[in-house]
Amino acid sequence: MAFTFAPFSYMLALLLTAVLIFFTIWHIIAFDELKTDYRNPIYQCNTLNPIVLPEYLIHAFFCVMFLCAAEWLTLGLRMPLLAYHIWRYMSRPVMSGPGLYDPTTIMNADILAYCQKEGSCKLAFYLLAFFYYLYGMIYVLVSS
Amino acid sequence: MQVPSGYGVHPQNYIPPSGHYPQGPGKMTSLPLDSQCGDYYSGLYTVPTQNVVTSNTANQQPGAQHMYGRGPPAPHIVGSTPGSFQGAASSTSHLHTSASQPYSPFVNHYSSPAMYSANSSVASQGFPSTCGHYAMSTVSNAAYPSVSYPSLPAGDPYGQQMFTSQNAPTVRPVRDNSFSGHSTAIGHPSPLPPPPSHQYHQQQSLSGCSTLSWSTSGLPSTQDNLVRNHTGTLATASSNPTNTVADSLSCPVTQNVQPLKSSPVVPTVLPGASSTRTPPAANRPVEPVASVTQPSELLQQKGVDSSSTTSSASPVPNSYDALEGGSYPDMLSSSASSPAPDPAPEPDPAPAPAPSAPQPSKMAKPFGYGYPALQPGYQNATAPLNSAVPPSSPGYSGFQPYAQYPGMNQLSSSLGGLSLQSSPQPESLRPVNLTQERNILPMTPVWAPVPNLNLDLRKLNCSPDSFRCTLTNIPQTQALLNKAKLPLGLLLHPFRDLTQLPVITSNTIVRCRSCRTYINPFVSFIDQRRWKCNLCYRVNDVPEEFMYNPLTRSYGEPHKRPEVQNSTVEFIASSDYMLRPPQPAVYLFVLDVSHNAVEAGYLTILCQSLLENLDKLPGDSRTRIGFMTFDSTIHFYNLQEGLSQPQMLIVSDIDDVFLPTPDSLLVNLYESKELIKDLLNALPNMFTNTRETHSALGPALQAAFKLMSPTGGRVSVFQTQLPSLGAGLLQSREDPNQRSSTKVVQHLGPATDFYKKLALDCSGQQTAVDLFLLSSQYSDLASLACISKYSAGCIYYYPSFHYTHNPSQAEKLQKDLKRYLTRKIGFEAVMRIRCTKGLSMHTFHGNFFVRSTDLLSLANISPDAGFAVQLSIEENLTDTSLVCFQTALLYTSSKGERRIRVHTLCLPVVSSLADVYAGVDVQAAVCLLANMAVDRSISSSLSDARDALVNAVVDSLSAYGSTVSNLQHSALIAPSSLKLFPLYVLALLKQKAFRTGTSTRLDDRVYAMCQIKCQPLVHLMKMIHPNLYRIDRLTDEGAIHVNDRVVPQPPLQKLSAEKLTREGAFLMDCGSVFYIWIGKSCDNNFIEDVLGYPNFASIPQKMTHLPELDTLSSERARSFITWLRDNRPLSPILHVVKDESPAKTEFFQHLIEDRTEAAFSYYEFLLHIQQQICK
Repeated sequence: MAFTFAPFSYMLALLLTAVLIFFTIWHIIAFDELKTDYRNPIYQCNTLNPIVLPEYLIHAFFCVMFLCAAEWLTLGLRMPLLAYHIWRYMSRPVMSGPGLYDPTTIMNADILAYCQKEGSCKLAFYLLAFFYYLYGMIYVLVSS
Repeated sequence: MQVPSGYGVHPQNYIPPSGHYPQGPGKMTSLPLDSQCGDYYSGLYTVPTQNVVTSNTANQQPGAQHMYGRGPPAPHIVGSTPGSFQGAASSTSHLHTSASQPYSPFVNHYSSPAMYSANSSVASQGFPSTCGHYAMSTVSNAAYPSVSYPSLPAGDPYGQQMFTSQNAPTVRPVRDNSFSGHSTAIGHPSPLPPPPSHQYHQQQSLSGCSTLSWSTSGLPSTQDNLVRNHTGTLATASSNPTNTVADSLSCPVTQNVQPLKSSPVVPTVLPGASSTRTPPAANRPVEPVASVTQPSELLQQKGVDSSSTTSSASPVPNSYDALEGGSYPDMLSSSASSPAPDPAPEPDPAPAPAPSAPQPSKMAKPFGYGYPALQPGYQNATAPLNSAVPPSSPGYSGFQPYAQYPGMNQLSSSLGGLSLQSSPQPESLRPVNLTQERNILPMTPVWAPVPNLNLDLRKLNCSPDSFRCTLTNIPQTQALLNKAKLPLGLLLHPFRDLTQLPVITSNTIVRCRSCRTYINPFVSFIDQRRWKCNLCYRVNDVPEEFMYNPLTRSYGEPHKRPEVQNSTVEFIASSDYMLRPPQPAVYLFVLDVSHNAVEAGYLTILCQSLLENLDKLPGDSRTRIGFMTFDSTIHFYNLQEGLSQPQMLIVSDIDDVFLPTPDSLLVNLYESKELIKDLLNALPNMFTNTRETHSALGPALQAAFKLMSPTGGRVSVFQTQLPSLGAGLLQSREDPNQRSSTKVVQHLGPATDFYKKLALDCSGQQTAVDLFLLSSQYSDLASLACISKYSAGCIYYYPSFHYTHNPSQAEKLQKDLKRYLTRKIGFEAVMRIRCTKGLSMHTFHGNFFVRSTDLLSLANISPDAGFAVQLSIEENLTDTSLVCFQTALLYTSSKGERRIRVHTLCLPVVSSLADVYAGVDVQAAVCLLANMAVDRSISSSLSDARDALVNAVVDSLSAYGSTVSNLQHSALIAPSSLKLFPLYVLALLKQKAFRTGTSTRLDDRVYAMCQIKCQPLVHLMKMIHPNLYRIDRLTDEGAIHVNDRVVPQPPLQKLSAEKLTREGAFLMDCGSVFYIWIGKSCDNNFIEDVLGYPNFASIPQKMTHLPELDTLSSERARSFITWLRDNRPLSPILHVVKDESPAKTEFFQHLIEDRTEAAFSYYEFLLHIQQQICK
């Protein structure tokens, strides 16, 4: 029947997830470049830091959207990542600007490995989410 | 045999590593440069820094390849009259404050190189190839770097150079000429185009063929003096044994020079080849001399060698591809990723033009004497070998299985490790029952364990003072390392003051084409023409010029070159290793003059020290200096030459700091010396009546950054309180009630990232900030320290400093300043650490900025800086039996020379856990753990760090107990190599940085942490575990002789009150502090003879000096203390502590084996560990 809020939020999520996937791939490439000495960590951190908050906000926006659309299952699936984001941002190093990455510590092998792992996990999560939204959108459209 | 084949595989696989060098850097480096240009201030700057600017232009036009300084002289040369030289020389000569005369003896031999180069430049048009050989190596230089300027060692080392003396008259002009290049730049704008350093000219001039001027280039005036002296001494020294030789020597040399000089044309004629040969022949006599003298007389000597090489070196002069090892590798080398760029340095193209020439050229090199530079030990070793073995066999022959070819080294390398298994070390594995052993501490100082390599490799290996590994037997796999539960890492002291260091002047610095490793003693020569890299296993060609060995004057013995005979060498780098002309030494002092600072009175001491040491500041004629002061406003001082008195410019807009005048704030030290002295005399009294209590440190640092960014250099900041104005202001975070808390210690990390960001900016502009914090109150060192931490500066902290109330701190500041101002310094440095494929760097500790996975960016490097690196094993090392680590430190010396100091360490690989334990270097391990614990306490919490330290002991001992030792588990067993581990860890737990329960001010704690991070191992160990000696009964038994003084060597006592008898007097050496504890019933004779007081009661409470009394015991005590004081960066202050004085708590808290209210005694700690293990 009508085009309700639920399918709309799925469609929007679909689009924005594509953006998130792009961000994540950007991260992965950036860390890989750091690992292989292609880039200056200062430069790299300066490019990465500005896109951290947008990513987190987009994701938080999803949660709000699905909350409004009363898609509880989807919301439940998203909550852990939201919690992770909040924790991650709370425990960031002392910085005056937005962002997470400190050029003086990023080259530490542990931190670099952690960031790389985080990037690939997120990529997997977003990809799955992308297809889930696709499925969810069609399901909602068909069922309504 | 299988081993070699295994190696064979690697080269192909190993491509990836090569890749990274090129690109990464490019971007990084570009940053600073760009910013520099972009900075809107930069415009202004161009004017002030003439030198710099010119150099830049030079840099940009590398393609043009002209010779700056050289250009003018060249024509003269063509004229071929010595007179012409003179002219050039005269113009320049006056630049040097020190008269040119002194140089003369010394100069000669330089001159010869210089001349050659000059000739070559001329001739080169015709025969480019020929010019190459003339390059001389500068022998003298070699010695110089290692020595700290202020106190040069005895002349012996330099002895070799003396023979030049005869040439002096003729030579001098030439030399000056070369000099003029850099000196003129500064002093006299006009005469010659100012080449920043001659290094520049060298390679670029002339098509393709590089002239080898280096040799002459860098000699600093001070150095010259040195050399002179030495030569004198040397002459006498050598004369006895080898009089005849010496004579012959000098003669030949002169001959060489003369002919060449007179006929510059020589090179042009192909016969030149033959003619060129003659010089070497002449030199030959020299070498023998050197070698003879060395063993006998000049033990310390190091030689210098100079092998110069030739023309081929930079066919592509301007490509920075090769730069990598050094500083800006990344940026430059972007092209390098492909092998193509690398070849540039290699001779291939160049040699081609004159195939016939190259060989003669090699022979022609004058360098001969340089070689004696080898360390005596090596020389002795190699000499017999040489004679015994056919020429083709390398120095290594000793361990080579096959005598015929050096190439066999690869096998030898594999064999090196094998020896281990066959002969386990019983001593280091001897089980020690810790709880039973009462005297665990040996009577003599603990030395670094020697890696279990065969004798030849052992001899070649890097000194443990510069380079240590926590495990001298590297486990084969990460799994094995995990089982051993020991930290794996390196402790570095790369820029240490060395008494001997071979310096190599060569046009081609031989490096692996894929991983860019410098050739080192542990590579293997497959045959005469190829060598296999010991880090990545790639097979490389031996460049043509490397085939000639000036030491033996033979061709085809690359394995006997000094690079391959010494694991610590220094190269004079070519312009390939520069992104810009080498910067001058630039020093900026930023001084707090708020009320608090004036009250503390440090200005008097600082200005006094500066006045005394103004002439000893490392630098050349381009040295620049500037001053800023700040309270709530920022004051600049215009010291432009010509002013009648210093001009103070005040900037009160601290929100948007600007420089009041673009130039003349940083002035040439020599041109404006009078003004500088005026200022230093006036400064202490200028602010005596100030009411200003605020401190605008942040804006002052921003201004300093703007001032320094065009050149880079060193900023010394003196701060006495919490910054309270402008950017970077800080709040007090310390709660005094929490000082002795056993729970959480907060605020170990920075409160703001302002200082870190600024430090990164500074680092990008090659500026280091050294912080002197002299405060009586909390000043948030944790935040302030960031400014030095990330800009590769150093940190000094003087709690409760006051020039009258706290004289010991004042004295300490004075001594520290003396060292600080006069010690060696390297500018715009980078350090790269490479290790054998399979190992990888994990985390770095120290003061620097990590620019890529193995590259540290160091705006300044000081001889007192230490570094630590954690390693991990990424691939199994099953197909190799040796691993190597190489650090390459590329820096600009204070004389404007680009140099690379390379250390190479070789260690065996083992496959059994027992062998891993056998090779533990417990001091290195403890220092690495301390570094890791600092990181942990900042990122997590102090209690976490403490737990981690205890766990390190528990884990390693339990792992040892369960796997290696077969003894019953009830006892606490450690291998002998680890027996001190629990003691040292306990000492760490009681160290200021990590202790809890004892009242510790936050700044003190943070400072201790900073020191752990940046002190070299030797000093750090004393901080962690002080040495205690009983000094009331010093005897000459076992005494050593140092400089004609007898230094008694009392045994070490364990750090426990049980050792302190009331009848004795004890000296505790804590690194930066000495305590002498006097027992209540100490012998009155001792008190009278050593302290100069009749009895115990009359000793004053605060006593910081031992009087110079003319008694035997006083002499012994003083010579012992002086001996302890020597060779350490922070001159320790002495406190005499009476048994009853309140100061004794300071002393007693260092007795770490005793129990305190808050901490275990050593025995309790052992029981605790045992309990943990049994759990």
